[in-house]
Amino acid sequence: MIISVASGKGGTGKTTVSTNLAASLDRAVQLLDCDVEEPNCHLFLNPEWSISETMTTFVPQIDESKCTFCGMCADICRFRALVILKDTTLTFSSLCHSCKGCQVVCPTGAIREDQRELGTLEVGRRNGIELVHGRLRIGEAMAPPLIRKVRSLAKPDGDVIIDAPPGTSCPMIAAIRDTDFVLLVTEPTPFGLHDLELAVEAVRVLGVPHGLIINRSDLGNRDVWDYARNQDVPILMEIPFDRALAEVYSRGELIVEAFPEWKERFARLWDTVVSQSERQRREGAGL
Amino acid sequence: MKELVILSGKGGTGKTSIVGAFAALAKNAVFCDADVDAADLHLLLKPDVLERREFIGGGKAYIRRDACTSCGTCVELCQWNAIDDSFRVDPLTCEGCGVCVSLCPENAIDFPPTVCGEWYISDTRFGPLVHARLGIAEENSGKLVTLVRTEAAKLVERQSRELLITDGPPGIGCPVIASLGGTTAVLIVTEPTVSGRHDLRRVAELAQHFKVPAFLVINKSDLNPPMCTEIRNMAETLQVETLAELPFDKAFTLAMVQGKTVVEDDDCPSAARVRALWDQVRDRLEQLP
Repeated sequence: MIISVASGKGGTGKTTVSTNLAASLDRAVQLLDCDVEEPNCHLFLNPEWSISETMTTFVPQIDESKCTFCGMCADICRFRALVILKDTTLTFSSLCHSCKGCQVVCPTGAIREDQRELGTLEVGRRNGIELVHGRLRIGEAMAPPLIRKVRSLAKPDGDVIIDAPPGTSCPMIAAIRDTDFVLLVTEPTPFGLHDLELAVEAVRVLGVPHGLIINRSDLGNRDVWDYARNQDVPILMEIPFDRALAEVYSRGELIVEAFPEWKERFARLWDTVVSQSERQRREGAGL
Repeated sequence: MKELVILSGKGGTGKTSIVGAFAALAKNAVFCDADVDAADLHLLLKPDVLERREFIGGGKAYIRRDACTSCGTCVELCQWNAIDDSFRVDPLTCEGCGVCVSLCPENAIDFPPTVCGEWYISDTRFGPLVHARLGIAEENSGKLVTLVRTEAAKLVERQSRELLITDGPPGIGCPVIASLGGTTAVLIVTEPTVSGRHDLRRVAELAQHFKVPAFLVINKSDLNPPMCTEIRNMAETLQVETLAELPFDKAFTLAMVQGKTVVEDDDCPSAARVRALWDQVRDRLEQLP
């Protein structure tokens, strides 16, 4: 079972839900922090790290002794990562998407493989939780390749929780696609609702079963509940705004450890997700 | 023209609420919402859209079945495994590199440019707003950010205004980098939590990387006062000046629910604090080239 935790709007509580859900299960679970731009799960789990590896991606390097400045590499590159001047070829590595088209078309074999650092991939453990996260290098623009590397470590047939990045564009999609269920976390404010609507659209594009968690449920107004009812999005949990919870979070502690009643609630959430996922798949398949 | 970009690293720290308030206070400014995949500023500024344009992103590969001989060249070349065994391209996986298009021996692959979103020039009660909506599950958010910022800057020139205030996206990746280039200064909005502190460091380092001066405001500061001190100290080592702390105030949410900015209610204590913050920001901007 792979559950991803997403939201359109940032700061609604994705990491709170991901980490506390993981810590509520008294069995082996993997937590993949796919918010590689700003990974935060480790701040709440304080894992013992066992692996730290630099991740890289292909970029071209021109062997000037073989290059005839024919321009075929620059022609095929749609990202303008290669520019041919009269007697030199410039590479702009940061623009390269690693399609390797330049290498394929170069008639003289003048393009060697170089690497650009994407960031760091780390694996750590705390009790039954294995945490995998990526940390995008400062200045690196492309998050999806690193997100895919984090996801590639998901154990097949294992229980996996994915903390997705905010938004509805390619990094969020890379994190939630091919998961069994998306837990959408929102807050009942105009911003929260607006971005939730976008996130629901994204989840529907992918056709993944989904449900809603309303965080800080006593702030704002009731429009999110109306929306959920009209759109038939099940509300699976409500978390009230409580200063004590906010303070626990601010210090990097887990709610399920500070307040045992929440451990039970999060453990039940897992079971609810499993049955919702089955129900929505059955209904989606028209059975 | 000067430009202030509001960033946070971590989402939900209050960027848009603060930009909205600045919009109410700024004289002679243009506003830009660069959080193109979850834009919210329009919910406070209630714009009247004057111009609406399509945003055309890069192409996506499309294999014409009648011309395809199933030779498999495209499948072999594709670095993203976006083409299945029956030679259909999954548009969500296609990176838009066009390598298959260029190298298909039958020229059987089209590469139509796609409409990936819309962008708008609008009028609001505080001045012009340039904003956008990226299509769901689309790429090219950086391109769209660059586009709205460029159009907003043109508007500043055309209308002889002085300042551009840009609401940035969360994170530190492609759209944030596109928001940051060539701006006068960045104001980072953080909160006194372990996540806020962690993400502030990364976004401050990003600003440093691109040599953009950065200032800091700590929102919801009364949630964890010792953490505020830690954050101030850390900011100092990152050469980021802390301008203000704003205590948690439900007035921000109440104003949002009414489609207003927090400074439009004079009785609210946060309004006075945000006014003071704005005076400081304006002062710092005046001193910067």
